[in-house]
Amino acid sequence: MAATPAPDTPVWRRRAPRVEIARFAGWLALAAFTLYCFKVMTEDTMWVFLWDAHKQAADLGSRMFPPRWSYIHHLWYSLWETLNIATLGTLLAIAFGVPVAFLAARNTTPSRVFVRPVALFVIVSSRSINSLIWALLLVAIIGPGALAGIIAISLRSIGFIAKLLYEAIEEIDATQVEAISATGARPAQVLAYGIWPQILPAFAGISVFRWDINIRESTVLGLVGAGGIGLQLQASLNVLAWPQVTLIFIIILATVAVSEWVSAKVRHAFI
Amino acid sequence: MSETAFPRHWRAPPLIANAWLRWGLVAGAALYLAAALATLEVNWLRLAEGVPRAIRFVAAFFPPDFASRWHEIHSGLTESLTMALTSTVVGIAISVPIGIGAARNVAPPWIYLSCRSIIAASRSFQEIIVAIVLVALVGFGPFAGFLTLSFATIGFLSKLLAEDIEDIEPASIEAVKSTGASFLQWLNYGIQPQVMPRLIGLSLYRLDINFRESAVIGIVGAGGIGATLNTAIDRYEFDSAAAVLLIIIAIVMLAEYSSSWIRRRVQ
Amino acid sequence: MLRLEGLTKRYRTGDLALDGVTLEVPAGQVMALIGPSGAGKSTLIRCVNRLVDPSAGRIFLGDIEITRLGHGELRLARQRMGMIFQEFALVERLTVMENVLSGQLGKVGFWRSYFRRFPGDAVAQAYAMLERVGLTEQANKRADALSGGQRQRVGIARALVQNPDILLVDEPTASLDPKTSRQIMRLLCELCAERGLAAVINIHDVQLAQLFVQRVVGLRAGRVVYDGAPENLNADVLTQIYGEEDWTATFGRKRVHGERDDAVEVDEERMAGLT
Repeated sequence: MAATPAPDTPVWRRRAPRVEIARFAGWLALAAFTLYCFKVMTEDTMWVFLWDAHKQAADLGSRMFPPRWSYIHHLWYSLWETLNIATLGTLLAIAFGVPVAFLAARNTTPSRVFVRPVALFVIVSSRSINSLIWALLLVAIIGPGALAGIIAISLRSIGFIAKLLYEAIEEIDATQVEAISATGARPAQVLAYGIWPQILPAFAGISVFRWDINIRESTVLGLVGAGGIGLQLQASLNVLAWPQVTLIFIIILATVAVSEWVSAKVRHAFI
Repeated sequence: MSETAFPRHWRAPPLIANAWLRWGLVAGAALYLAAALATLEVNWLRLAEGVPRAIRFVAAFFPPDFASRWHEIHSGLTESLTMALTSTVVGIAISVPIGIGAARNVAPPWIYLSCRSIIAASRSFQEIIVAIVLVALVGFGPFAGFLTLSFATIGFLSKLLAEDIEDIEPASIEAVKSTGASFLQWLNYGIQPQVMPRLIGLSLYRLDINFRESAVIGIVGAGGIGATLNTAIDRYEFDSAAAVLLIIIAIVMLAEYSSSWIRRRVQ
Repeated sequence: MLRLEGLTKRYRTGDLALDGVTLEVPAGQVMALIGPSGAGKSTLIRCVNRLVDPSAGRIFLGDIEITRLGHGELRLARQRMGMIFQEFALVERLTVMENVLSGQLGKVGFWRSYFRRFPGDAVAQAYAMLERVGLTEQANKRADALSGGQRQRVGIARALVQNPDILLVDEPTASLDPKTSRQIMRLLCELCAERGLAAVINIHDVQLAQLFVQRVVGLRAGRVVYDGAPENLNADVLTQIYGEEDWTATFGRKRVHGERDDAVEVDEERMAGLT
């Protein structure tokens, strides 16, 4: 990765030769391991398919363009559903994620030994599994439709919101909280007056940020049957209606761009 | 103290001063919520059917079944892990020059613009959509997944790398430049030491993301553990699905802890 | 009014912050607590309203034994003790009025306080307090928009809106310039006199203490080493409290560094009493 000087010129060395060799060996081992992984990964790859990939690309390109604009009338409802999946899913995730954050933060958890690890496990599990996988599961359990999408989005977002929020809670100024409890306030009032105002900007930022990501994710949930514009995408892919696929891609891109713009605006207003 | 009468009412100043705008926003939000909930189609019969399935799914975790589909799980996992590593390495190798090219303080304008548009293209398409197209181009299997993840890595890493380079203090770059160093020497001495620790941190983070994503793109045929999971769920084999989910969670946790450990050591 | 009997605090780190402190503060007396950093001044004040739980000893406020109270009773007792902090400890993102009204939280139900519907008497009292400390104009400003002296006035107003019997004041002037420090000390002592309030004031500025208070208690390594009138403070006494130093030249100006600050330990324990 580093630009090495020509070998015959004497150079000052930053590290002892032995360390240099060890580092070099480390990089070499990484490169070799990567190559090995690549070999294992492509064991079953049919390279013949790859050789005509450029022909395929040209062919696909010609079939994808021009997009079928008239199909847009079938997409409005899906788009509305996509928006609802993202928004309702985010709201649901906030409702569950905020309490989890308070249980996970070192300074607000009722018990560091029992409750905090459970809350952290909830956060990790929710975060490690993508919303599309949650959707896959939920469609199998409660059947296809937007409801599965909403729950999938919220299951994935709980961990995201709770993690960022509990980090914000751990960074609050403890004296402000102390001052409120010194007035003889109830614990709930300490929360509302001492802690909540301090994390409000972080909370608003995190929620809007996650909503933005959720719009993006909810556009593809339909691929596994969980509602939204992804359903139309899946249907068009199944019948190889590429001009419709192109149109859907364009719509998705536009939606994502708009949501990014809105979230940037809202975050700006809160800071 | 004087005996003036003090006001007995006080209202907190509202967040939005304009009352029309404030109530308009509240009404708009309420209307939207009502409309969204009203158009939500819920099949209650199907939902009721879901209750025993949900119970069966939760029960499947105690214990999960690693054995009966072990062959599929093993090959899916191998694909996912190899895919994550190779795509991260290749992605970094391509990101570094693009990242340097996309830094305003290093690259001439035409290189800057072209690198920035590559980054924008990579960032605006999500993995799953790229995977759909690439599966159509190069066929099913992990190679399509590898290409997808490499492509996604480029957008992620180049952007952050470029921002890092742009944040470097101009003085320290100038100092190396003024010694008459060549462009590569300049990169090596002026830029590399400053961005290297963060680059390593970001690469590890991206490795973690690529593994998680590799579990998803299998759903559209791009190989990996996602394909295994998809099959297990399609067959309603919840105990195998539970095993796969637990493996994913365990690997992600492991990756998170080890990457934070390595990052602490590098910095 | 306030009585401490053998008050002892040992932190989990093993540091002995207070070592058998016995003290009595009669009603209406303003007492200064002086001593080097780490002598246990902050710990003592925080033990009184149990933001820090003492390890041994007893604390009485009137007839109530503070050290024995359960959560609910402790809340009632805390309403009778107003606390004023070094860094003001205002909730930065709330308005001045909300900060002052938060002194009434103990007397108002959760939902009332949540919707900021405080009883008329409380609001009128808060306005009166703001006028007394000269901040009527700032009532609707956010606390982080005020200057240091103004913030400390809000802190004082918040403590007084509680209608307390005693004020616990932790280094009220440490973050302020000399002129503002004097104004704040004067305001505090005037208010105590007006309302017949007792006060315990932690202060590291010996001269400032001498100017305003009726009694000085010197603390060193968790023990009381001086208890008497401010006029009787002399070089010998200061040496006893702070250690060897040429007090004639730098009389009562500086705190002595090098000893462990108990603020760190207070930090570790402060949140424990929260939930």
